Amino acid sequence: MSDTAAAGSAGRMHKPRKRGRPSTLRLLFNNTLATTGLAVLVAIVLAALAAPLLPLPDPDVTAPADRLLRPLAEGHLLGTDALGRDILSRLIWGTRVSLAVGLSATLIAAFFGSLIGLVAGYAGGRVDTFLMRGVDMVMAFPYILLALAIVAALGPGLINALYAIAVINIPFFARNIRGITIGLSRREFVDAARLSGKSSAAILFGEVLPNVLPVIIITMSTTIGWMILETAGLSFLGLGAQPPQADLGSMLGDGRKILFTAPHVSIIPGLMIFALVMSINLFGDGVRDVLDPRLKSGALTRPVARTAVAQEREAEPRRHSGSVLDVVGLNTQFHIGGDIYRAVGGVDLHLKPGECLGIVGESGSGKSVTAMSLMGLVPTPPGRITAGSAWLEEEDLFSVDDERIRQLRGADVSHVFQDPLSTLHPLFTIGDQLTEAIMAHRPMRRSQADEKAEELLRLVRITNPAERLKVYPHELSGGMRQRVCIAMALANDAKVIIADEPTTALDVTVQAQILSLLDALRRESNAAILFITHDFGVVSAVCDRVAVMYAGRIVETGETEVVLARPAHPYTGKLIDCVPVLGQPGRRLDAIEGRPPVVNNLPAGCAFAARCERAEADCREGDIPLAAFGEGRAVRCLHPLKGEAADA
Amino acid sequence: MAAYIAKRLLAAIPVLFGLSIIVFLIMAMIPGDPATAILGSYATPENVAKLNADLGLDKSLPQQYLIWLGNILQGDFGRSYALNRPVLDEVLERFSATLILAGTALVLCSILGLLAGVVSAVRQYGLADKAITVLVLVGISTPSFWLGLLLILVFAVKIRLFPASGMYAIYGGGDLPDLLHHLFLPALTLAVVATGVIARLTRTAMLEVLRQDYIRTARAKGLTERRVIYRHAFKAALVSVIPVIGIQAGFVLGGAVYIETVFQWPGIGSMLVNAISTRDLLLVQGGVVVVAAAYVLFNLAADVVQTLLDPRLR
Repeated sequence: MSDTAAAGSAGRMHKPRKRGRPSTLRLLFNNTLATTGLAVLVAIVLAALAAPLLPLPDPDVTAPADRLLRPLAEGHLLGTDALGRDILSRLIWGTRVSLAVGLSATLIAAFFGSLIGLVAGYAGGRVDTFLMRGVDMVMAFPYILLALAIVAALGPGLINALYAIAVINIPFFARNIRGITIGLSRREFVDAARLSGKSSAAILFGEVLPNVLPVIIITMSTTIGWMILETAGLSFLGLGAQPPQADLGSMLGDGRKILFTAPHVSIIPGLMIFALVMSINLFGDGVRDVLDPRLKSGALTRPVARTAVAQEREAEPRRHSGSVLDVVGLNTQFHIGGDIYRAVGGVDLHLKPGECLGIVGESGSGKSVTAMSLMGLVPTPPGRITAGSAWLEEEDLFSVDDERIRQLRGADVSHVFQDPLSTLHPLFTIGDQLTEAIMAHRPMRRSQADEKAEELLRLVRITNPAERLKVYPHELSGGMRQRVCIAMALANDAKVIIADEPTTALDVTVQAQILSLLDALRRESNAAILFITHDFGVVSAVCDRVAVMYAGRIVETGETEVVLARPAHPYTGKLIDCVPVLGQPGRRLDAIEGRPPVVNNLPAGCAFAARCERAEADCREGDIPLAAFGEGRAVRCLHPLKGEAADA
Repeated sequence: MAAYIAKRLLAAIPVLFGLSIIVFLIMAMIPGDPATAILGSYATPENVAKLNADLGLDKSLPQQYLIWLGNILQGDFGRSYALNRPVLDEVLERFSATLILAGTALVLCSILGLLAGVVSAVRQYGLADKAITVLVLVGISTPSFWLGLLLILVFAVKIRLFPASGMYAIYGGGDLPDLLHHLFLPALTLAVVATGVIARLTRTAMLEVLRQDYIRTARAKGLTERRVIYRHAFKAALVSVIPVIGIQAGFVLGGAVYIETVFQWPGIGSMLVNAISTRDLLLVQGGVVVVAAAYVLFNLAADVVQTLLDPRLR
């Protein structure tokens, strides 16, 4: 368990920062459960520490006359045990012993385990193999069984139980710490220390150890509860604390013999063990959540089936009557920790049947979010559609109910995604996944669906389709996998195919094949394609029209050839300059200087102004509209290019 | 697949070998002289020397190990001096009782844990999720031996629904319903902690899987949410939970020590505790070796199941 937790925190660890601490503490106190756990734990620890000072009767003085008094008896708040000893006093003194033993066992395990992990991880090679094999051997035993064997050999007794519990917990520390150490030993600051001539020991304890400490603490906080529980368990079995010494476990074990006549004698110490372990676990979980960023604040939140649509959203009427898809005023936002990221800030676009529209932009321009918003595939949380409509023929996709969206997904509107390895399910065969796509919309027998799937594979030019149906995604090449994804998108004669960077993860030659396949298939089936890409080269190959996006808005749109030949927006010009042209080796390949703005804090005026050589004062104020710019073209720029080169 | 299982079985051999070395070394570090321990402190030096020679204790440690290993490979674990019968006979008899208890608990905790984890993930931050999260925390913080006592008090003493101890009724029992009747409380108690651990990990695994691209693909295909979760997400989550169930087998086998003591279940755990108290070390040794070997096989089985589920591992 703690293995994965620790591994997650490895990636982000830097040299310790002073400023990190107060916020860490604040985070911890924001967690009510953790705070409650801490409060209970502190109360128990204080009581245990103060045992000699408290006005308690001697825990070991027997009084046969007062034996087995019930709780709330005169002078004995929690009653007495079989020998007439005061249970409250024994409880507090017993807690003291249990805490001390649990803590010592944790410290011993942490010390030796971390040492083994540090040395194994840093030294690597044979030392590592030898040490970790030993650790594996210890872990090959059922947890408590090895402790029993050790106690059997050393003989029953509290100290021996402590050693046994410590030994069996060493592997947890060794494995966690080794993993982190391996990562750290390859870091620059370790190299620097090595080059400065420091000894291995100095590096290990001076440079590596401070960075490993948080992981040691996490592992301690997750194991100490266990160790207290297990030492109590050994004592319960009569293998730990021996009379007259008593810890919580041996009190429970003694009480067990008179369970039926005086249950309070065993229930009370058990309750104390529970409270102790529970408070430690609550607090430990809180510490882990704070120190392990992966688990922090909704990072592991489950996206729901469909993107949330804001209630206050106002539907927009259709604008292009002949279109199959008509998106009007789309706004999609991400709400993350109080910040609002306007990923899509008012996008209009439309597709005629059989048409291919390219949406082009850098990463972060909002082009994928635009595409994924249509069928509600933007993860919620944090995504949220706040304004606009998406008309699929006569239906507003943001107004229909969930079941209708499900019926449309994969049927009227299908998707092809970027990385075909991660988008196909690794545990199902190609055939399973294809037939599933077919049968989700057209109930039929599996054998029929298999035939249809075979046909689809043939359609996307896959040879031996019957054989391929039986293989798993990882057994195919990247190009083959993407053909399968395209086949899936074609399964139900979609009217619109949304292709989100379908060629980006592929080799250049495979890219060209997939592009010509898509182009041919669209002409055969008359499906419209919404083609998302960052590459103008790809746009010129397949798209009839193109829309260029920047910072969540369309900045230029028009017919592909016209835009390519005479870009009007300076950003479009720069994007086109990024495309290498065969046969022109001398041409400059410009990367666009600067970065796109962060969409939670957009500047007034043109979002591109900061990176634009043509920007003037008026570019930085007011909202700049997407204005008509000749036949079927529009541009969102006050000083558009007029046929001259972009960087003139 | 058969080749894979054969390969894994071969790979288990060095592990078993290592286990035997550890057990042998632990027993070899016993302070004092075993012969004196057996014969008592009034034994004559001659008798001690003779017993040492009989036990092979006059030879070097590696020699002793090889002799011992050779013996256990032939099924000779020695004789329990307290019970005066071969260790192996006693261990196997006891172990079958433990297998019934631990096996039932393992099935219980797998089913309940997976179920709770999936519900928790699907209803993330909902009432069911919060309730399960709290229950899981309580479950993994409760000392199982104490929980067993509480259950006995409530279900055996107060409402007399289940027997408080043993595996069969003393009179007239011995059939399957009688066994199940006796099995219910101890198996449930034994399953609690492992259920919590499995539920927790299943929840995390499901949440991680539900963020994967292939889940988005499944939704984009127009599959029902039920199918997305219970077929696509669950299968992928199961692959990462199976090894955890394998590890939990170890905790369940170990936890059986407590539960068998509390419920007086005639298994190997209560045998070990008694053997430790009576210093019947050969019996301890034999019991530990057999349980540890069984655990190795459990993990092997988990590996095989995982491989069956995940074609990438083949």
